[in-house]
Amino acid sequence: MRSEPHLGIVGRAAPRVDALAQATGRVKYLDDLSYSGMLHGKILRSTEAHARIVAVDTSAAKALPGVHGILTGEDLPVAFGLLPVSQDEHALAVDKVRHIGDPIAAVAAEHPDIAQRAMELIEVTYESLPVVTTMTEAVETTEEPIHGDGPRNNRDREISLEFGDVDAGFDIAYHIREDVFFYQGNNHAALEAHGALGVVEDDGRLHVFSSTQVPHYLHRILAKVLEMPESRIRVTATPTGGGFGAKTDVFSHELVAGQMALITGRPVKFVLTREEVFYAHRGRHPVLMWVKTGFTSDGRITAMSFRTFIDGGAYGSYGAASLLYTGQLQTITYRIPAYRFEGVRLFTNKPACGPKRGHGTPQPRFGLEVHLDKAADDLGLDPVTIRKRNLVSPNTVTVNHLRITSCGLTECIDRVVADSGYLDKRRHLPQGHGIGFAIGAYMSGAGLPIYFNDMPQSEVMIKVDRGGGVTVYSMAADCGQGSTTMLATVVGEALGLDPSDLVVITADTDLTPVDLGSYSSRVTFMAGNAALEAALKLTDLVLTAIADELDIDQDAVEIGHGVVVAGDREIPWAEAARIAEARWGLLVTTGTYKPPKDIKGDYRGAGVGPSPAYSYSACVADVKCDPETGHVSVERVWLAHDVGRAINPLLVRGQIEGSVHMALGEVLMEEQTFRGALHSGPSLLDYKIPTVLEMPRVESIIVESIDAEGPFGAKEVGQGPLLPVIPAVVNAVHDALGIRLDAIPLRPDKVLAALDDLERGGPGRYGPTDLPDYTFRSPLRVDPPPEAVTV
Amino acid sequence: MEPVTLTVNGATRRLFVPPQRTLLETVREDLGLTGTKHGCELGECGACTVLIDGVPILSCLTLTVNATDCEIVTIEGIGSMTEPHPLQRSFGEHGAAQCGYCTPAMILTAKALLDRDPNPSEETIAEAIAGNMCRCTGYLSILSAVAAVTEENQ
Ligand code: FES
Ligand code: FES
Repeated sequence: MRSEPHLGIVGRAAPRVDALAQATGRVKYLDDLSYSGMLHGKILRSTEAHARIVAVDTSAAKALPGVHGILTGEDLPVAFGLLPVSQDEHALAVDKVRHIGDPIAAVAAEHPDIAQRAMELIEVTYESLPVVTTMTEAVETTEEPIHGDGPRNNRDREISLEFGDVDAGFDIAYHIREDVFFYQGNNHAALEAHGALGVVEDDGRLHVFSSTQVPHYLHRILAKVLEMPESRIRVTATPTGGGFGAKTDVFSHELVAGQMALITGRPVKFVLTREEVFYAHRGRHPVLMWVKTGFTSDGRITAMSFRTFIDGGAYGSYGAASLLYTGQLQTITYRIPAYRFEGVRLFTNKPACGPKRGHGTPQPRFGLEVHLDKAADDLGLDPVTIRKRNLVSPNTVTVNHLRITSCGLTECIDRVVADSGYLDKRRHLPQGHGIGFAIGAYMSGAGLPIYFNDMPQSEVMIKVDRGGGVTVYSMAADCGQGSTTMLATVVGEALGLDPSDLVVITADTDLTPVDLGSYSSRVTFMAGNAALEAALKLTDLVLTAIADELDIDQDAVEIGHGVVVAGDREIPWAEAARIAEARWGLLVTTGTYKPPKDIKGDYRGAGVGPSPAYSYSACVADVKCDPETGHVSVERVWLAHDVGRAINPLLVRGQIEGSVHMALGEVLMEEQTFRGALHSGPSLLDYKIPTVLEMPRVESIIVESIDAEGPFGAKEVGQGPLLPVIPAVVNAVHDALGIRLDAIPLRPDKVLAALDDLERGGPGRYGPTDLPDYTFRSPLRVDPPPEAVTV
Repeated sequence: MEPVTLTVNGATRRLFVPPQRTLLETVREDLGLTGTKHGCELGECGACTVLIDGVPILSCLTLTVNATDCEIVTIEGIGSMTEPHPLQRSFGEHGAAQCGYCTPAMILTAKALLDRDPNPSEETIAEAIAGNMCRCTGYLSILSAVAAVTEENQ
C-alpha cells in the first residue's frame, strides 16, 4: 500500500470541498462565463445522413448585420481524431457529411437570434449518397463506403485474438453453451450541455474554455487543427455539469470557438442545445454479441469464445479502444484457461459512439453474466456457485496477460448474497417477483496513454506560501466525481491539514502540470498517487527542517493535525512551513505517476485492458414485473464494491448510487434509436431516464481490499458499480417470469413478446438469433503467460 | 421592448425586455444570476427552476413579461457561503450534489415544499422533486438531504 493513513482524514465521510459553492449557485460552469463584446456562436448541421457537399453558400448570411464570422470546412482543413489511428474527423465537414447533425458551418453573431437567422440563410447543396444505418447493411454495402474506399468498406477496426488453445478447451468440455445478445446504444445525457468559449487574451494567445473532461487532449488537438503551437494556446476546463464520458472527446464546437475568436478578435461562445448533444453523442455503442463457453461437469470454464459487432456510427472517436474493451475484461473476473476474442467496429450513418461510463464493458458484461446464469441452469448449479468455481484469485495473471493484484470479489459476492437473502429467495418469490445476481469488474486507469509517449500519465505540484497555505496543482478535471476533493484529501492526510483548507487549482494548461484526463477511472489511482508522492516529499522537507532546527532525530518528528509534533512540542503547520522555507528556499514539490511497465503485454491490443489495478463489484436486484403490461420495476438493489480504500466514503457511496441509477436507465428504458438515420427523439422528453420515482432503495456496501499500489490503497468507484446491475436485473426478470430477455433495454413490448413465446410453448425468449455474415481474419495467437492457468 | 417590474431576491428591478425574452434569459443574462441553470430550455429537465411567489416554476418556459409584479427567488436569494440556508448545508453534508448542476433547482424545489409542508414524508419529497432531473446522484442522497431539514429532524 502506498502509505498508511493515520490521521483519519482519508476514510472520513466529509462533504466535497466545493459543496457550499455548488449549493449556493456560485460554481461557474461554461455557460456562466461571459465577456463584454462576446459573440454567440451556432453550428449549422447536416440534414442529410450521407451526402457529398457540392456547395455551401454563405453570402446571404455574411451580409446579415450583426454577423461577425462564418466558418466552413475549408477554413479548418486539418483532419483530427482522439486516437492516433482514427484521424477521420474535421471541425466542419470538408467533402462529405456522414450523419444527420454532422457540423457543416459555424456562425458568430452579436446575438444568438442573429446567429440563428444567419444559419437559416446558409445554403447547402448536397448530393445524396446511399445511407447505411444497420450493422448488417454496413457489412453488406459495397457502394460508397462512409470513409475511404477499401475492399472491406464500412469496417472501422477489426480484432481477432486467441490466448491458449481454445479448441482443446472445447474438446474437453462436458457442456458447451452458446448465446447471442444485443445491447442497445444510449446517451450520457449529462445535465449540462457541452459548450466552449474562445478568447484572444491581451498577449495575443488563444484561450479556450470548455466543458471538457480532457483539457490536455483538447490542447493538443486545438494546436493541430488550428495549426498553432501549443504554447500559443491555453485551455481551461470549466467544472463540468456531468461528464460520464460525454466530454472526453474533442468536438467541432471547441475547435470552432477557438478559430472564431481568432478571426473575429472577439470572445465567442458556443453552447450546444440538447438536440445537438444527441448528435454530438459519443455514447454507448450498440453491441451484438455471441458467446460460447465450455464447462466441466462441475461448472468450471474450459474455454470461451466471444465475438462482438459494434455499431460505431459515423466516426472513429475512441472506437478502437471501445472495441477492445468489449473483449478484454471478461478474464478479470473469471479464470478462463483459453480465450478467443473476435470483434469488429462498423461505420453507420449515425452520430458517432464513444466512451460512456464502463466504456465498452457493460455490453459484454451483460451478455456474460446472463450466459452464466443460463449455464448454471443447464448444469444444475446455482448462479453463485458457478461463479465462485471460476473466480480469479488475487495476485495472478490472466490468460490475456492482465495482472490481477488486489481482489475483493469473494467478499463482495458474500456480502450481497447474505444481505439480500438471495439464495433463499431465488425461485421462491411469487410469480412476477424475482431476484437476480451478477458480478463485474473495472480498471483503475488504462495502462497506456491515448498517444504513445514515455512521460508520466499524471503529474502534480504542491506549493506552500509564507502563511502556510498549501496549493495543489493538477490538470485532473472534476466532472462531478469528486477528483478535486480526492486530491485535497490525499494531500490533506499526508500533511495533516483539513482538505477544505487546501487550495486545489485544476484543469488549466497554463497553470497545472499534465494529467491525461477524467476517463477510464484513472484519476484517483494516477493523480492520487502523483499527489501523494508530492505530498510525501513536502512532508519530508518539513520534517527534516524541523529536526535540524531542534537538533533532534528525524524519527522523533511527525505530522499531526495542523501541527508538526516533535517530542512533546507541537509546532503549528504555518510556523513549521516557515522554518522549512528558511532551510530549503521555496517549498515546491512534485509527484508523478506512471503505470508499472510490466503490465504492457507484447501483443497488439494490450494498450487497453492492462491496468494497475481492478475494482470489483457484485449486485443483487429485486424486481417486480407485471405480466399484463410487461412493465418491470426494480424494488431494491444490493451493491457491494471493492474500491480498494474509500478515501471519502460519502463520495464512494454517491458513485455507487449514481452508477446504479444510470445502470437502471440502461437496462430498463434508455435507448438511442433511429428511424432510418433520423434520431427517434433527440430530447429529454423522448429519451427516457429514470426519475426519483423509479429509483429503488440501494444498499451500498463498501469493500476495502487495500491495493498495494493505490494511493492509500484506493482503486476506483466511478464506473465499476454500474456493470453488474444490468445483468442482475435481467436475471431477476427470469426469476420473476421464467422468460429470458437477451436484448436490452427491457421494454414492456419485449417482456410481452417473451411471455407470448412462453405461452405458445417456446423457450420464452426475446432476443437476436443471427449475426451479420462476416468472416473474421484468423486470430493472432498469443501464448498465455507462463503463470496463467491454462487448459 | 416591454417594461417590467420584478422583485428578485427581495430587490425591485425595473427592466425593458423583448416580449419573447424568457425569465431564464432575464435572470441569467440581464441580471447576471447564473446560479439558475439550463439543461434543455424545453421544460424537460427542471434545471432552470426558480420560485415565483413561492412556487417552483420552469424559467425556460416563462416569459419575463408574464412575471411582472411577481416575487422571484433564485438560488442566490436563499443563502450565501457565509450564511447558507439549511438545505444548502445539508446537500453538502449528504453528498447530494456531485456535478452540482441540478443542485440550485433541486434546493429551490425542496425549499418551496418545506415552506408549505415542514414535515413531508419521503414520498412527498420524491413527488416534489420528480420534475427535477439529476443525472449524477441517483436521487437517494437528495432525498436524505431534504429529509434532514424537515422541522422534525431539525
Ligand atoms: S432548462 Fe430544462 S426545464 Fe428549463
Ligand atoms: S449532481 Fe449532477 S445532475 Fe445532479
